[in-house]
Amino acid sequence: MTTTEITPEANTPAVTARESQEALRYYSATQWQLMWWRFKHHRAALIAASVLVFMAVTGMLSQFVSPYLTNTRDADYQLGPPQRPHFCDENGCSLRPFVYGVTTERDPVTLRPMPVVDTNIRWYIYFFVHGESYNFYRLFETDLHLFGVEEGFIHLFGTDSLSRDLFSRAIYGTRTSLSIGVLGVLIAFVLALIIGGVAGYAGGWLDYGIQRFTEIVRVIPVIPLYMGLAAAFPPEWSSTQVYFAMTLILGLVGWPTLARRIRGQLLSLRHEDYVVAAHLAGAGAARIITRHLLPAFTSYIIVDLVISFPYMVLSETALSFVGLGLRPPAVSWGVLLQDAQNIRTIEQANWLFIPAAFVVVAVLAFTVVGDGARDAADPYQVSGA
Amino acid sequence: MVSFLIQRIIGMVITMFFVSIIVFIIMELPPGDYAERWAFRKFSGTGTQITEADINNIRAEYGLDRPAWERYLNWIGGIVTRGDFGEAFAFQTSVNNVIGQKIWLTLAILFSTLIVTYLIAIPVGIYAAVRRRSVADYTLTVFSYLGLALPNFLLALLLLYITVTVFDSSVGGLFSPEYKDAPWSMAKVVDLLKHLIVPAVVLAWSATALQLQTVRATMSDEINKLSVTAARARGISERKLMLKYPARLAINPVAGSIGFDINRIFSELPIVALVLGLPELGELLIRSYLDLDMFVAGAILLLLTFIIVVMNFFSDILLLILDPRIKLEGR
Amino acid sequence: MEITTNASINGDILLKVKDLKISFKTDEGVITAVDGVNFFVKRGQTLGLVGESGSGKSVSTWAIMRLLPKTAIIDKDSSIEFLRRDGEIVDITKLKPNGREIRDIRGGEAALIFQEPMSSFSPVYTVGNQIMEAILTHRPVSKKEAQEIAVDLLDRVGIPNPRQRFKQYSFELSGGMRQRAMIAVALSSNPSLLIADEPTTALDVTIQAQVLELMKELQEEFGMAIIFITHNLGVIAQIANEIAVMYLGGIVERGPRREIFHNPKHPYTINLLHAIPRIGKGQGQRLVAIEGQIPSPLDRPPGCRFHTRCQEMIPGRCNVDVPKITQVGNNHTVNCFLYEN
Repeated sequence: MTTTEITPEANTPAVTARESQEALRYYSATQWQLMWWRFKHHRAALIAASVLVFMAVTGMLSQFVSPYLTNTRDADYQLGPPQRPHFCDENGCSLRPFVYGVTTERDPVTLRPMPVVDTNIRWYIYFFVHGESYNFYRLFETDLHLFGVEEGFIHLFGTDSLSRDLFSRAIYGTRTSLSIGVLGVLIAFVLALIIGGVAGYAGGWLDYGIQRFTEIVRVIPVIPLYMGLAAAFPPEWSSTQVYFAMTLILGLVGWPTLARRIRGQLLSLRHEDYVVAAHLAGAGAARIITRHLLPAFTSYIIVDLVISFPYMVLSETALSFVGLGLRPPAVSWGVLLQDAQNIRTIEQANWLFIPAAFVVVAVLAFTVVGDGARDAADPYQVSGA
Repeated sequence: MVSFLIQRIIGMVITMFFVSIIVFIIMELPPGDYAERWAFRKFSGTGTQITEADINNIRAEYGLDRPAWERYLNWIGGIVTRGDFGEAFAFQTSVNNVIGQKIWLTLAILFSTLIVTYLIAIPVGIYAAVRRRSVADYTLTVFSYLGLALPNFLLALLLLYITVTVFDSSVGGLFSPEYKDAPWSMAKVVDLLKHLIVPAVVLAWSATALQLQTVRATMSDEINKLSVTAARARGISERKLMLKYPARLAINPVAGSIGFDINRIFSELPIVALVLGLPELGELLIRSYLDLDMFVAGAILLLLTFIIVVMNFFSDILLLILDPRIKLEGR
Repeated sequence: MEITTNASINGDILLKVKDLKISFKTDEGVITAVDGVNFFVKRGQTLGLVGESGSGKSVSTWAIMRLLPKTAIIDKDSSIEFLRRDGEIVDITKLKPNGREIRDIRGGEAALIFQEPMSSFSPVYTVGNQIMEAILTHRPVSKKEAQEIAVDLLDRVGIPNPRQRFKQYSFELSGGMRQRAMIAVALSSNPSLLIADEPTTALDVTIQAQVLELMKELQEEFGMAIIFITHNLGVIAQIANEIAVMYLGGIVERGPRREIFHNPKHPYTINLLHAIPRIGKGQGQRLVAIEGQIPSPLDRPPGCRFHTRCQEMIPGRCNVDVPKITQVGNNHTVNCFLYEN
């Protein structure tokens, strides 16, 4: 709280003081520079942004980062707990980290094979190892992985009921879930730009109609609406088809909020003098929108996009979780959490809950970045409140 | 005032009309038609050979051979005139029978969630705004981030996991086994209320986080208003001042967003209900979507939206009572 | 009648502000908004406080009611002595904020009216409710009686149809009516001091005159002292007995109205009086009043606070030393080296 909130009079001095120092630099900076300067001061947002970049990069390189493919089975290690990398144990230390080996024994009662950790066996972890080959975005074929073990298997997050490596699956899931969010936001954004732009620029009955329509769509609870659309996916569709259909419905249902904002901004800017001047100078509607109106509120749109992103990710997770979104063999956070739906399973294997942490961290990071961006988008606002 | 009410009621009817069209489209979306699914259900496993003629018979029986607009009119006509929502083929009975008392359980969950939300959000939000930069204020900020980031259904799973592993008892369901099929009695109501606490807290989780922010922000704005200083200059004690002026106004946006909150709760309800095993409409909605039992799904979607629309109406009236400024515009 | 700043409060003086220094804790550090403010108000008289925006007029007077936010620090050497109705003299700066005693004074013995009559009423309660609140807080009357008093007050401040207005909300009244209603609230407990913080600034000129006239009438009727804050010298000429001119958080000149208007001493006062630039001034002569802005309290100039904008600045003196209060006439003081010996 500054003096600014006390009396209207105390307002000016606090601002003028700052001016005297940075005035020139401050007022000659571009909008983006100003946003960046302010964003930099928001430490939490900066950390959150780094987390997101890390997640995005890991996701993009998921084939390389994960030691196995999503459907590779380690038949000896079904529902196996996470293996911890060690440097030291009672047999001495090693500079190279290792995990303990796993052997199979039969349960004396049920006679079912069960994995047993043998602390006498060390499986050393190597970096840049050759493993299963994969096609890197249709660019080249390779078998290089970030890390792995030469003998046996390594499961940092354990395995699921089908003996698949949860770490690898979680990394692949990151790629799917984040990219679905990005595509969903993009589709929603394009729709919002067109519909909101038309409504906000044209005004009149068209605006009225679009407004009423979006209001009606917004009355229907959103996840049940998503589910209804997702329920219509034909069962014979491939994972890829379902994936794109998902992004489409996320975008289709997500646009009204964004459109509302764009429309509101356009409506308020439409009668600004410089827009009227451009109009009088004979500029066309498209030119006025793209050259004069959009730059005026691009920053706000970006903030809105960042803020709407977590909702997309959460919606995908929720839908896939109940089996109405992506379905196996596709791998996303929601699909992974399907395994954790059953309380009996997570009672025995609580590591199946790990993908939930990915969801929480991603959404949290996006929310914090969104907050930072929102503060930053208003560069001439006096700080300190 | 009366004209305002009439206007709003007409608006509600129009909204519901368009909603019903959207719902109908969703019901029609899945590939294949109702008759095929019905025939498949009815005869699968019985060894009966289904012929095209059988399916056509079913089509004729249910009027599925009519054009879409006629089917829509039939469907909505049955709902409006007879309260008949159609047939639930997965259950081999009418939709009304399937939905039955689940509406009341859904409403019970909804209202207990709203009560928990407002009981926490309003006083805590007000307190945090008055004591800015206090421990309560920071806790609130952290909590509201978490409320957004930890989705309700994961919270439900987490609670389930904790109760099962630590307390060795499950928090799921709406009734204890002994009351499940028992007729309604005082004891059963008490049992239900006890079971409502966990779903209400889980569902209130994100709604509370959001409303806390709203209340705190409004309250912070209102505290700095000149009218508050003016009242302070009249010699009013701080506590009375805070309660009479800013706190009173901080409630307005909450009252205005009840419909929005219900929308949010209904959006999250199905998945939470699935996780916690609550026998109400949301959980039934997911099951009917999975079974492509679209008459049931459509009925539920329509009902949930109807509840939202009606509550929006009440929210408007509440706001009208709470904020005299709106009355003036309505005149 | 010799009055020095050291004279302690006596029967004639209602309020005495001495060495008032107020700072604010902000993110940029501690900012001193007001420093070395000295003035007094006599019973039943009007003190006009004049200055540009940001000169600290409001901050100084809000301190009298202890209405400044929690971030405000009143220096421990400052004192605001107030003569209470029972004859006791209290130092307001030493009272507990929002405590019993200050709350008795607020509204009960000292009242405040604001620049924006719109936002000084809460929009969710009727005007009557807020007048009654003031009455019930300070007077031992029943609700029924309070209502009668309130309606009577609305009538007294010239609001037609007081019984109906009583039930209305502030946004249903016009600007002038609202300010009248605000005055009614302020007068509800017959205060001995009324602080009017630019009460006419937000009003139309005709309404301004009416409200000023009303305040003068009510002053005669109720006999309260008024501190009238404004940046408009025309308004102050109509109502004030004495005038104090503020600049950048301090008083630069103080004296009877006639003296200030006809015999101004401080260059700033002279500039204020000639604030309107005129065509035909000597060539090269600068328009002092429009030159520069009030410097920030963050980097308040050393020496005389006005020296950065003063055309008669004495280098090596004005920008180094702080001018003392200098007596230049009967009850007329100025803080300027031009008059110091």
